[in-house]
Amino acid sequence: MLEKERHVLVILPHPDDESFACSLTLSKYRELGVPVTYVCWTLGEMGRNFGNPPFANRETLPGIRKEELMNACRAMNVEDVRLGGLRDKTLEFEDDEEMTQKVAAYIDELQPSVIYSFYPGFSVHPDHEASARAVIRAVRALPEDERPTLHLIAFANDTVEHIGEPDIHHHLPEMAKYKQAALEAHASQTALVLGNLKDGIEKGMPDATAYFENEYFYTYDWSNDTVE
Amino acid sequence: MQIVQVYQLQQELNKLANRPVYIHLETTNGAYAAHFQEGFFNSGAFIRNVQLNYSLGKVTPDYPHRVGLKLEGGWVYAQGITHYIVDEENRLLMAGLDGEGKLAVSLQISETPFAK
Repeated sequence: MLEKERHVLVILPHPDDESFACSLTLSKYRELGVPVTYVCWTLGEMGRNFGNPPFANRETLPGIRKEELMNACRAMNVEDVRLGGLRDKTLEFEDDEEMTQKVAAYIDELQPSVIYSFYPGFSVHPDHEASARAVIRAVRALPEDERPTLHLIAFANDTVEHIGEPDIHHHLPEMAKYKQAALEAHASQTALVLGNLKDGIEKGMPDATAYFENEYFYTYDWSNDTVE
Repeated sequence: MQIVQVYQLQQELNKLANRPVYIHLETTNGAYAAHFQEGFFNSGAFIRNVQLNYSLGKVTPDYPHRVGLKLEGGWVYAQGITHYIVDEENRLLMAGLDGEGKLAVSLQISETPFAK
């Protein structure tokens, strides 16, 4: 089950990534009194969902998503949120070394015992991949015995084929209400998905209930590290 | 944003003609297009805060609309425009939203630079 970590560092690019991927887990750490810092690189400025009918536009979206992010973090009881100040969909075009240094600075400051991040090669969105690579490079530069553990999110269609099933499974039905609240906080982006999931729960579909009670991660396999 | 009323949008395009303006132009299928539909050829383009001056701006009557800007030395156009708003900073924000309300294209014109 969940270890009582010294400090949990979460590094993800978009407001709502944390709620989809690890809100059960983060809520649980907070309940255990573990400090959690969340670095969110962008404000999801290039999101395609404006509400239907639209209540946002391209220029108001960053402000709306920033507020949604803060509300989601309150729902998870995550207090230390760092805004990375980068622009959505541009991470892979930033200077790689600069990205790595940014991650290294957070690690140096916070001395996390575990980092939650995306799995390079299996995280689909170009920003996820760029963020994932920066984390791997920064951690790789540390002496092996000082490296924080990496719990990584992988959801590409060919994930299992290449790296097998996730080795970490957090089954936390008691925290489901926090995951739901975190996802609901991101209403501009999640209204569609949540609507479908709630339909599923009402119709008694086990997958829909399971969605709110389970999160899966991979411990990074350094022996197959191919990040350049 | 409101659904395009061709006459009103045309008036807004006219107001911004023949002066230096900043452009935001974007087309997208979403970063997950090929994830949800294997083999999907994902394409798109994005420019923001490029300054230009157009002598003629036009919105076509058919829905979803096309909006074209004629420049002294070239062209800008966007296809699939459904919604627009003139915001409190007097920027003309146009967007094409698909059946689920997801943005597929946007063309925005402003006399002041857009946020970085």
